Amino acid sequence: MDFALSSEVVEFRDEIRSIIREFVTPEIADRMHTTGVFDAPELNLELGRRGILERACPGLGKGDPIEMYVMFNELEKAGAPYDGLAVALMIAAVVNKLGTDEQKERIIPSIISGEALVCMGYSEADFGSDVASIKTRAIKDGDEWVINGSKMWTTLAQVAEWLILLTRTDLDLPKHKGLTMFILPMNTPGITVEPVHTLGTEITNATWYDDVRVGDDAVLGDENGGWRTMTTVLAFERGVMGGTNAGVPLLRHFHEWAVANGVFDEPTTRERMARSIIDMQVATLLTMRSAWIAASGGMPGLEGSMTKVFAVEAYQRASRWTQATAGPAGLLQFHEEGAAGEGFVEYDARHSPVMSIYGGTTEINRNNIAERHLGLPKSR
Amino acid sequence: MSVDLGLSPDQESIAELFNGFFSNEAPPAVARAAEPLGFDRELWNKVIELGAPGMGCAVEIGGGGASLGDLVVVAETVGRSIAPIPLIDHLAALSVLSDADLVAGEVIAAVAVRPADANGIWSLVPAGAVADVVIGVDGDETVVVRSTPPMSGPRNHGSMPLADRSAREGSRTVLGPASLFEVVLNRWKLLTAAALVGIAEAAKELGVAYVKERTQFGVPVGSFQAVQHGLADLPVAIDGGRLLTHKAAWALDNVTDGLIDWANNEITDGSTLATMAFLFAADGAVMATDRSLHYHGGYGFAEEYDIQMYYRRARGWSLILGDSTSVGLSLADRLFGTVEG
Repeated sequence: MDFALSSEVVEFRDEIRSIIREFVTPEIADRMHTTGVFDAPELNLELGRRGILERACPGLGKGDPIEMYVMFNELEKAGAPYDGLAVALMIAAVVNKLGTDEQKERIIPSIISGEALVCMGYSEADFGSDVASIKTRAIKDGDEWVINGSKMWTTLAQVAEWLILLTRTDLDLPKHKGLTMFILPMNTPGITVEPVHTLGTEITNATWYDDVRVGDDAVLGDENGGWRTMTTVLAFERGVMGGTNAGVPLLRHFHEWAVANGVFDEPTTRERMARSIIDMQVATLLTMRSAWIAASGGMPGLEGSMTKVFAVEAYQRASRWTQATAGPAGLLQFHEEGAAGEGFVEYDARHSPVMSIYGGTTEINRNNIAERHLGLPKSR
Repeated sequence: MSVDLGLSPDQESIAELFNGFFSNEAPPAVARAAEPLGFDRELWNKVIELGAPGMGCAVEIGGGGASLGDLVVVAETVGRSIAPIPLIDHLAALSVLSDADLVAGEVIAAVAVRPADANGIWSLVPAGAVADVVIGVDGDETVVVRSTPPMSGPRNHGSMPLADRSAREGSRTVLGPASLFEVVLNRWKLLTAAALVGIAEAAKELGVAYVKERTQFGVPVGSFQAVQHGLADLPVAIDGGRLLTHKAAWALDNVTDGLIDWANNEITDGSTLATMAFLFAADGAVMATDRSLHYHGGYGFAEEYDIQMYYRRARGWSLILGDSTSVGLSLADRLFGTVEG
């Protein structure tokens, strides 16, 4: 095995690092927690302006396909707000893979320039893990589709330009087969957005669709092929677009605090820290493996499930022990005097539980591993 | 140089060769028959024919010229088969020893993984019961001692050929300062980590095969989600351990002045990575054998079933280096510097 990035990728990484140094200021990190929007438009525009988004986007970029992993890993380790970028690039990649030429021309440039964000309408109030059972309907009416229903957890809907929307188009087909994915502008008439405030400060949304009318040009992938479009998106999400090294900035913040307060020499703390650092290495190696599989032309769906289960639980372990070790200081929030890790210890204890839920719960991922890797019978 | 996380074609062949060899020559019945000492001379003679003992040595001195990555592949097959031969210890010792009889495997070497005490005794040396040569630290020196092995030792959890050995009696050579030993110990940790990954892999396979076959309530036990989820963690720990072990091998072979920049999760220092891999693989092997044994139900603790042999070795092969807190703290020293005073 070879673990060295090629010199071109090292150069790419160094460019990202210099952009991070310039654009990911404490003010920007602070803004994500006060606005609840995990996105930094100025950072996206700079990455777009320099051609980095195009280069990193799977299928589009001319660079080493491992660069997408490198970019998100750098952003995540730096504690940058990158959720908006991750979803947007994921969708750009899917449009590039499954979209028509017209869709590619119309949609992709707005994303890889760093201007447009995308939100995802999959889950509904009653259908989360069982997303194939969703009820939002799209019915053909002449040349148009009429969409009615509602979605939950439509994160970034309040700022996104595009929406991808999973709908039911055929009631007679089995549940996975009667679905169609659409991609449409968020300013299409009939869409309503209401905020949902969350424990981890991110503001997500509930969205409603009342007689939303779109043309065939809004169908992403095949009619009744929505499940395939969906799994293509998820294969990217569970793979390499961040979400696997969230403990790195936490450990850094905790360490600074513990040293400054003279409590870092405690052997228990040092050992826990060392073990969390092992976890972070393993998490990044598993992520790198997904990136390498994708770079070799494979689809790292199963490996993505494995990475996510491990990385998320490693982050949760790190969050648990750092807060427990900090004691009262671990309860204090951002900007409070004496807050452990400048408030990150408290924040990560609120943010980490979200990670084993969104983008596929750890249970769904374990089902996936049990069935597809271990060959055990379907349990549901 | 560019990221490549697959085995090389050569390594694929090595894995195939050794997995085939061990499944033919060392099925679990061989490990069972070799208990409690944990050594099978006949099997050792057979690995000599494969050229395994000198595999990591330079071709010019009769070795195989294998990279550390290649040795990691071999070590994993040793763990998978729990073959009762001290190949890992021998390969680690030969990182600095090159006597012709050692390279050929006619004479077996062991690594005293903990320094000698004030009386010059290395206690509970892995493979110490059967090795003719022991390398280790005595005071501030790295020494190698040739003496007659006792061919017996204390009965122990992992059925390992452990014995106390003297660093001073026998034919003793001073190789250099104690710091020289780091190379040996790194390689021992690295190859033990790989062997522990192999143990975890075998435990996973045993457990999965069992739950597919065993039925209760009219269905395979493996169709229950509680069982599935417990087993689903194993491939994750195994793959993670394998990647980390190979990264450590890559770093030890290729990187000088590696990074220990944990705050940015950039670690390319081979010695640090070897300890990390050791700790992670030890935890993985313990978890995998725990769970696999548990999902065997009552048969898991029946001696007749093989899983209990893996369960004991997962603990034995890792704890012989020291208690896990001390090893964890030695990693902390490496990452954060030592605590003053």
